Order: sequence, then C-alpha cells, then structure tokens
Amino acid sequence: MYRTGIEPPERVWWTKVGRHEKVWVWIAFAWCMVLFAMMPVWHLRGGQNPSGIRHRVDPADFQARVAEFVQEHQVGTDNGLPVVAPPPGSDVYLQASQFAWIPIVRLRQGAEYTLHLSSLDVNHGFALYPLNINFQVVPGYDYGLRIVPNEPGEFYVMCNEFCGIGHHLMVGKIIVEPADAAAGAPDASAAGVSTAGGDR
Amino acid sequence: MSAFRTCPTTGLRVHRTADRLIKANAVVATVALLVGGIAAVLVLLTRWEAVLLLEADMFYRMLTVHGMNMLIFFIIFFEMAVLYFASAVLLNCRVPAPKTGWVAFVLMVVGTLMVEWTMWTGRADVLFTSYVPLRAHPLFYLGVILFAVGALTVVGHFFAIITVARKEKAYEGSLPLVTYGALTAAAIAAVTLLHGAIIYIPTFLWSLDMMHVDAQVYRLIWWGLGHSSQQINVAAMVSIWYLLGALTVGAVVLNEKVSRTAFVLYVLFISMASAHHLLVDPGMGPSWKVWNTSYFMYMAVLASMIHGFTVPAGTELGMRLRGATQGLFGWLKRAPWGDPGFSSLAFSIVVFGFVGGITGVTFGTEQINIIAHNTLRIPGHFHATVVSGTAMAFMGITYYVIPLIFRREIAFYPLARIQPYIFAIGMLIFSMAMTFAGTFGVPRRHWDIGFTQALFQPEFTPAVNLIIGVMAVGGLIAIAGGAIYIVVTVVSVFFGRKMAADDSGLGATGRGLPPGITNPPRALKPEDKEALPPSGRLGPVPGTMVLVLIFLAAFILYYFVNWMLLSFLWEVG
Repeated sequence: MYRTGIEPPERVWWTKVGRHEKVWVWIAFAWCMVLFAMMPVWHLRGGQNPSGIRHRVDPADFQARVAEFVQEHQVGTDNGLPVVAPPPGSDVYLQASQFAWIPIVRLRQGAEYTLHLSSLDVNHGFALYPLNINFQVVPGYDYGLRIVPNEPGEFYVMCNEFCGIGHHLMVGKIIVEPADAAAGAPDASAAGVSTAGGDR
Repeated sequence: MSAFRTCPTTGLRVHRTADRLIKANAVVATVALLVGGIAAVLVLLTRWEAVLLLEADMFYRMLTVHGMNMLIFFIIFFEMAVLYFASAVLLNCRVPAPKTGWVAFVLMVVGTLMVEWTMWTGRADVLFTSYVPLRAHPLFYLGVILFAVGALTVVGHFFAIITVARKEKAYEGSLPLVTYGALTAAAIAAVTLLHGAIIYIPTFLWSLDMMHVDAQVYRLIWWGLGHSSQQINVAAMVSIWYLLGALTVGAVVLNEKVSRTAFVLYVLFISMASAHHLLVDPGMGPSWKVWNTSYFMYMAVLASMIHGFTVPAGTELGMRLRGATQGLFGWLKRAPWGDPGFSSLAFSIVVFGFVGGITGVTFGTEQINIIAHNTLRIPGHFHATVVSGTAMAFMGITYYVIPLIFRREIAFYPLARIQPYIFAIGMLIFSMAMTFAGTFGVPRRHWDIGFTQALFQPEFTPAVNLIIGVMAVGGLIAIAGGAIYIVVTVVSVFFGRKMAADDSGLGATGRGLPPGITNPPRALKPEDKEALPPSGRLGPVPGTMVLVLIFLAAFILYYFVNWMLLSFLWEVG
C-alpha cells in the first residue's frame, strides 16, 4: 500500500526496492564513478590541471621577488607598467594588488614557464582573457603554475575576485610572441608595446 | 482559547504557537525577499551595460545587500518556518519551548538588522563571501553570529519538537518522509552553523584587531558554511517537493528506504563537498581536491539524482493509481497545471536538475573549474539551483501555507496561478544566459566589463553584449514574477478574506484556494494498485524513466563538451 510523504509509514519501512528504481540508482552511481574517474585520468593524460607548486609566502618577500624579476628582464613599459620578457623555461612572477597586475609579461609560444601568482593585500582572481583560464590568487600563498602558451597574441589578465572599489579597473596583460619570431631577441617588436617613454 | 486548533482541511491538530512562529518567520522572510529583490533590480540594471544604472561603489554595495538578503535572510527565515511546519504541524505536536522559539526569532531579527545597517551605510562593502582580509565593520560579523545563534536555537528546538512528538505518541509509526527530510536539513544546518561560528567569531575578533585570520583558512572554513548552507536549502527543497507532490496530486513514495537513504547521503557527504569552491586555490593539493570533490560531493550528487527520480516517479505513480494511466505522459497531461503549487513543483524540479544540477556538478570537477571559477557561469548555476529550485519550491508551498496556516484566501488568485510560469521562464532565460556569458570568460561580481576606466580594454565578442541583453530581459521577467509573489502574499496575509475556523474550503469554487485544497487528491485504496494495467518494459513509472534518461543524456553531453573546451587551452599545471 502506497503512502504520501506526509503520512507516517509503518515502523518498518525497510522494504524491497522495485526493479526499475534500483536500476536508476545503479545507473546514477555508475555515472558518479565516471565523474570521479575523469579527474585522476586527466591528471595522467590531460594538459590542464590546477595542481601547481604551492607554498606560503610573505607578501613583502613576494613583492621583493617581483621587483627583482622586473629588474632582471625588463624590456620596456606600457601604460606605465614595466614590460618583461623572461627567457623560456624561467620562473615568471605576477603580482596582484589593489588594483593592478604587475608586470606585463612577454612570453614565447610553445615554451614552458612557471607562472607564480600571489597577492600583496586581499584575494584577487587571475582570469586570462579571451582564453577563460581562471585561478584564485590568495595573499600569503604562492601559486606556481607551469604554463605552455600554445598560440601567439595579446591576452589580458582581468581580476575576477571582488577586491575593492576599483576591482573593475584591474587589468593586466600577457603577450605571447609566435614561436617562429627571431629567437633570442627578447626586444623583438610585439604589438601594443612601446619601449621606454610610453608612460602616461 | 484552546492551545490547539484542528485544521478543517487536513484534520491535523495545530499548536497555535507553531502557527504564530511560522507566520512570524515567513513574514520576515518575505520582507527580506523584498529588500533583496529591490537590490536585484539595481544590480541587474547595472550589469546590463546598456543601462549601467549604479556607480561602482553602489553596485558592489547592492550586490552585497542582494546576496545577504536572498541567500541568508530570506532563505533561512523561510526554512525556520518550514522546520516548525514539518515538525509541530505535520506531527500533531505542541511546541515545547515557545519562549525559546521567540528568543531565537528576536536574535535572528536583531542580527539581521545589524547586518542591514552596516551594509546600507557602506560599512560592509565586502560582498556575500566577505573574504578576509577585505574588512567590514565589526557589527557586520557580530550580526551574522547573532543570526546564526538564533537559527541554531531553532534547529535545536526542532529536534526537541520531534522528541516530544515521539514521547507523547503524537503520531503513529515512523516520521513521515517530509519530516525526515526536514530532519536531515536540520542536521546539516547544525553542522553548517557550527562552521559559521568557527569562522565568524575569529573574523569578528580580527575586525577588532584582536587576532590574525589567514586568507586561505578563511576561504576553507567559510565555504564549510557557505556551501553547506546550500545543502540545507537542497534538503529543505526536496522535502517540499515531496510535500507539494502529496498536497497537489497525492504523490506517493515509491520506496521509503531509497528516499531516506538519499537524504542521509546529503548529511554524510556534503560538508567536505564545499571543497569544490577551492579547486583553483593555492592552499590545497590535487589529491585533497580530487578526494573531497569525488567521494564526498558525488555521493551527494547521487542523492540528488535519486530524488530527481523518486519525486517525479511518485507523482507519476500517484496519478496512475488514480486513473491517469494513458500512455507515457498521460499523467503529465492530466496534471493540475493551473495549481500554482503543482506548477512550482514541476518547474523547480526541472530547472534545478537540468540547469542547476548539470552545470554545478560539471563546474565542480577539479580541472573544469579552471574554465568556470568566478565567471558568470557560477551565478548562472546557483540562480538555477537556489532560486529556480529552492525559492520556486518555497513560493509554491506558500500558496498552501496561506490558507492552511494563515487561514486566509489567496488574493488576486488568477495572478497567483500564472506567477510560477512568469518566475520560472524568466529565471530559466536569466540563468542560462548568464551561464552562457560565463563560457566567454565574463567575470562575475564586476561593475564594468567594458573596462572603460581601466589601463587596458579587453573587448568581449559582440555576442556577449547580446547574451547579457537576453540575461537582463530574463532577469526582469523573473523580477516581475517575484514582485507578483510578494504582492500576492502580502495582500493575502494582511488583507485576504479570512477563512472561518471550520471552513475546509472543500468543493469551493471561485475562491482564492488552490485545487489541492478545494478538490484534494482522493485517498488511495488497496484495490487501486490492482486496477493498474500491467507495467511494460519501462516499469511502473515509464514516463519518469524516459525523463531521467533524457536528463542523463543531457548531463553526459554537457560534461564532456566542457572537457573538450578545457583541452583547447594552454597547457597549465
């Protein structure tokens, strides 16, 4: 005898399950296992994982590391921000703070870099446009992600974690030069980048 | 006046204190909905770049107001009413500690007012998540703490009501499924509110410069509150699905064991599933992320997939037992689509499952989160779950609570009948457009995606403008639906035609009463089961079987399309 959900059932409601209901439960369970399996599988076979090299960092230390990185590899300025061109394979430091991404980075297509993200003040969000790659940037933590840019072009770094009243002003830039551009010439012209004097 | 009244419609003995507590909580919930709704209009008309109504500071402020009022105050006050209803009313039981009930209510109201004051005066422009070290006025955190303590007290009171009902043998047999579901919601609420205390008390002290709070630890524990509270909403919503099914079409429970086990899965696995908010955070490693999303979250997903079957299946079987046996979907054709309780139920299930569920589980995959985190896909997802799902179900049950508890007829009943359609269609357009815009990387919580004042101006493809326009139109339709709901409920509750104590509404025509009350589904007899034609290959509920297989196909498609989109990106890791 069937009851509705507002009628108290008999004390013993642990009864046999209908065949079709049981089938659906097993289908749903099997699907959940597929959902689970895809994650480890992608770690082994896929190219996009949010693993990274992660450790705590004092914001002041991270800021000093960024300054050192800029000094080492700066090739120009754009809108008052330093433009840096680190060599393939190197560590890249990108600093988030209210309300800027520093510096602007110039990378080479097909080369691997380790992109370190951290914040000097509050939470920020690294959102690479137009690719739609998103990571959380948390003060006190260094998120080192290995990246291999697979296409040339100009990419923007938007902030997608609310970080204060100027949140929507926070836009940075990553430039990827084509792999066939003259090798070993970090100051080779790239669209949108002027050398010194481009400040405003 | 006796402490109890007997409901002429259901025959239940209702404690008048339960009546009053339900009314008080429901009224405050509606006020919060109104405040959150006004903020929704302002936020929507600002994100619609063609209008850009508010300045940046007001936009973020109103977004904070919208989030807190909708997701905390409206929903939790309503859930407090649901807890009293599912315990004291459904179990024929007294409320053992009326004073405690009122103290809890006052605590919650005082907490709410503190938070409202800090938000409206610009002392808490930190958005709903209030991520440390963004700083709000100490009273903002204290208000949340008071609110949580009040809510925790109600949860304790709910457990007490159930214990008393059992002791005093107010009901025979086991707890009804709806109460059982509410019990799991309450259990999750206890865990959730504990997380709230663990994080908001240190944060309150931090706001007074008395201690340090780590930004990542905050995110971890805060989501133990922030996500688990959505699981209270889900458990409460599913309970109301069973309740609405019972009231409107006499939906049956196929198997108590299956439905109850699914509720228990929510309790067991949901806290850790909050991990899916931290999938692209630097503080945790891949094994932590995979473990917590897979084992813990997917077992809760399994629970939802079970309810997504058993609720429509119970509806189908309930209707087949009463003679709607034609074809696969004859029962759907004969369903009372003019009953706002039933249409709300149907839309709540469909939009929650197809839009909210599928997107949420997909984005909650460790790697796919890279292309979803903090984009408009996220609010697109949760407007389909918590608004089109939970709020829609709450609206549907309101059309029964007004006559059954407030003892009033529903004002502007023809409007109430179409309200679920307007709200559901608007919300469906809104949440799908939002999700779609997010696939282009449009960030959430952003005042100006034109970046007019920024150093650089990334330009979204023109398609994004169109999608945002569609989103705005959908949002405005949904807001119209929400406004109708508020007008109907407020006018009914305060000015609606009163129902006499012995007025059951049975057989009435032309009055503001839903068909589940005027013409309730007839009680089932043992011979109804024998009268059912033999079931075919698809079993006793073939229509539902087809529907869930369509659902599964949509789920699989969406899930793997997202893996494909992910694979086009730069290699990252």
